[in-house]
Amino acid sequence: MSAANMSHSGSLSDAHAHDEHDHHDLPWIRKYVFSEDHKYIAKQYLVSGIVWAIIGGLLSVLFRLQLGFPDADLTWLKPLLGEWIQNGKLDPEFYLALVTMHGTIMVFFVLTAGLSGTFSNFLIPLQIGARDMASGFLNMISYWLFFLSSSIMMISLFIKTGPASGGWVIYPPLSALPQAVNGSGLGMTLWLVAMVFFIASTLLGGLNYVTTIINLRTKGMTFTRLPLTIWAFFITAILGLLSFPVLFSAALLLVFDRSFGTSFFLSEIYIGGEALHNEGGSPILFQHLFWFLGHPEVYIVLLPALGVTSEIVATNSRKPIFGYKAMIFSLVAIGFLSFIVWAHHMFVTGMNPFLGSIFMFLTLIIAVPSAVKAFNYIATLWRGNIIFTPAMLFSIGLVSFFISGGLTGIVLGNSAADIQLHDTYFVVAHFHIVMGSASFFGMLAGVYHWFPKMFGRMMDERLGYVHFWLTFIGVYVIFFPMHYMGIAGFPRRYYSWTGFDAFNSFTDLNELISIAAIMTFVAQFIFIFNFFYSMFKGRVSTLNPWKSNTLEWTTPLNPEHGNWPGAIPTVYRWPYDYSKPGAPDDFIPQTVPFSATPESNFPHEKDEH
Amino acid sequence: MTSVIIIVAVVLILSILYLIFRIGVLSNVLNSRYQKTVGVGNTVNSFLFIAVFVLGILAFYLSFESARDKFLPEAASAHGVRTDLLFWVIMAVLTLAFLVTNALLYFFPYMYRFKEGNKAYFYPDNHTVERIWTIIPAIIMAGFVVYGYKEWHEITSPAPADAEVIEIMGKQFAWQVRYPGADGKLGKYHYRKIDAVNEFGIDFNDTASYDDFIPMELHLPKGKNVHLHIRSRDVIHSVFLPHFRVKMDAVPGMPTKFWFTPTISTAEMKVITNNPDFTYELACTEVCGRGHYAMRFLVVVDEPADYEKWKASQQTWASLNAAYVATKAPKALKDKYLKDFLPSSDSAAVAVPDTLKPAVVSMHADH
Repeated sequence: MSAANMSHSGSLSDAHAHDEHDHHDLPWIRKYVFSEDHKYIAKQYLVSGIVWAIIGGLLSVLFRLQLGFPDADLTWLKPLLGEWIQNGKLDPEFYLALVTMHGTIMVFFVLTAGLSGTFSNFLIPLQIGARDMASGFLNMISYWLFFLSSSIMMISLFIKTGPASGGWVIYPPLSALPQAVNGSGLGMTLWLVAMVFFIASTLLGGLNYVTTIINLRTKGMTFTRLPLTIWAFFITAILGLLSFPVLFSAALLLVFDRSFGTSFFLSEIYIGGEALHNEGGSPILFQHLFWFLGHPEVYIVLLPALGVTSEIVATNSRKPIFGYKAMIFSLVAIGFLSFIVWAHHMFVTGMNPFLGSIFMFLTLIIAVPSAVKAFNYIATLWRGNIIFTPAMLFSIGLVSFFISGGLTGIVLGNSAADIQLHDTYFVVAHFHIVMGSASFFGMLAGVYHWFPKMFGRMMDERLGYVHFWLTFIGVYVIFFPMHYMGIAGFPRRYYSWTGFDAFNSFTDLNELISIAAIMTFVAQFIFIFNFFYSMFKGRVSTLNPWKSNTLEWTTPLNPEHGNWPGAIPTVYRWPYDYSKPGAPDDFIPQTVPFSATPESNFPHEKDEH
Repeated sequence: MTSVIIIVAVVLILSILYLIFRIGVLSNVLNSRYQKTVGVGNTVNSFLFIAVFVLGILAFYLSFESARDKFLPEAASAHGVRTDLLFWVIMAVLTLAFLVTNALLYFFPYMYRFKEGNKAYFYPDNHTVERIWTIIPAIIMAGFVVYGYKEWHEITSPAPADAEVIEIMGKQFAWQVRYPGADGKLGKYHYRKIDAVNEFGIDFNDTASYDDFIPMELHLPKGKNVHLHIRSRDVIHSVFLPHFRVKMDAVPGMPTKFWFTPTISTAEMKVITNNPDFTYELACTEVCGRGHYAMRFLVVVDEPADYEKWKASQQTWASLNAAYVATKAPKALKDKYLKDFLPSSDSAAVAVPDTLKPAVVSMHADH
């Protein structure tokens, strides 16, 4: 085994020498556009994710204006929105398009591509000790398919009939019939085409992540010495590989129904004054297929954030992560369970009630590994020596959201309680906190933490602090009151509630939420300024600014393609030897052999030969 | 012109902010505060966690108190009372967990903030503790599953045979309801029979169709079981009766059902809510297009006697639209059921008389 590893890393360092040679000969287009360097691809994903996050956030501000200030005159937005503003009001169909695109953009383009794409690409080779991904070429294709997908989705925002507007879950028949809503015309076609490219991109990325983690670990980097970030990316990639193809099949069948007259999801429909020929299809079948991806997707966006947090919390508490193995088991358990809970989104669709009870049971099991994770984070903080970098603040914020939003999931997972809460603002509050905000905080924490490795410079801490507190408080002010509205029965995706006596209240609360949303959105520009400013003018970083144990901090300040100028370092220990009793420093990097630290070794710890 | 001034002002403000930031950075560099890994900021942040927690819990309490009178409006169905209890029991446990875990999460950063010379406690795992906090959530979840299953099983059990059957149909963008009439049986329908007049696609080859009636409000009898037959004729809608804790999707091509027992009449609810204008409502909770937010339908809960009186006062749809029905019905049924409502048995079979049209129009007027 170790001989095989030796020859393995030997051949890699040969390849690297070759790379070094190539590197200077690369034309700029291969270096800065069609790059195969995982670090550069990660930055491409990150910047694309930031651009999409601004657009997705802006869309939410637009519909929050409608919800918070239903009587306001929005004529001033006419230069931006044109015909979507009628008589100073947002068009109700455009409102639906806004919520649909906000969801699509945030879930897929920001929290899947922007989060997983950035950090899986950036950290996998650096933290396992590899020169690059298993296939740099496929990795490059993966980004550019994502770019193509983004471009198509972006175009759909500007067409006359508007983008897709049937909700991000695109349930047919609404999404299948242009007669039902304008957005189901060309807008929906573009949505489906964009998603096909997006799925292809995700699959290529995922294949690369899994292959790289299994095959390209450096000598000594066993699975039980992998940082939890890598474990999280590994599980995430497997989830994506297994679930995205199902979305692809759902999308494909929907394309058939829309364009070729098939009846997979359509049956007995009378619309626009005519009875359609479709009979025998099932709209519920689509929901099963969609949520078979849709639920794992929740964990596809959340697990990388949890992985990033594990790393940051341990580093900045100067303590080993509590229960490393339990953290891995819970990741695997959550990943496995995420495939068998999808129908809890469908308790009141007319699905067989017995199936509902099974899915309630399976859903509530997920609470157990999730609770273990939350407790382990808290236990890691206990008796630490905590340094509040902005990354650490965002990680603690993430844990808070993970708990708050996860808890409300327990009510929603209970089918009898879900009857009243389904499709109300309670659900909106739940998933925006646990999936949206928690993952978003994971992404921000990751950027603050690995910025020095990405750009060789530090971000400004004080701006980071201000950014954190404004965003953290903002998120709670936005989403916490939504629970109240949900308990009062307010349905989702309503353009206005004033038509109902039952929902004609909480106008102050809606106003407050909208103001908080706008302020939180504006606060993100502090980050954007900090990000771009620090990229060029930030303080030059030291090699290991956070005194971290993982391998990426053993590379040069601005690593070239190939990551390590000499041989790839060998790994001797797990990544969490922080504050080990007897050790002079409060951290021992993974590259330090046990023979060099006799003063802090436990009896069972000695180098393998 | 004004927009130019606004842009210039924004640019100026941004440049001033940038300058302030730059000066701050430079002065920090001069004070050599910039190189320290752990500065005053660390203590400030740890205090802020406590401040945010205390203020946050206070805000939670105050906002909860001010909003609670709107929570789960008085449950007006038998199962609603039970699911409300289920909801609050779970929420009580969750709130406790929320407070305890968040308290630890916010106090630990403060208690264990960086102190020069301190060393963190190397504590990689503890199997006993981990086993405890795996088993406790598992037991609580098991309790929730058993409790929730009991309620869910009862709510979704087959409807009692004596339940009042009422059909609800969703379409873009209105609800319509159909009652089975005196025979207690809803007439058959087929989506290909739908047209501008016959919105339900009622099949008049079925004798059960002739006594069905289609009122403008959903009336429910207090204290009796109601069995809703739910369908949609275009996209997915969802029947939501907030006061009755009833929600079920209306799916084209796949009829769904929900049964429940209303327990509080509209008149009683007016007293309970102290609102003389109180009405029960039916809303749509599955996004269905442009008018999704406007699919309101009035619901009235009557005392059983009033309900029977109301039912008896309703005219059958076939009688109100006799001329139309006559064009669809086979001769034998036409003679049997429509004789009294047609001016003369042969002339009306050809066209709908103008006098009947306004009634027809009002039947499917969109709201």
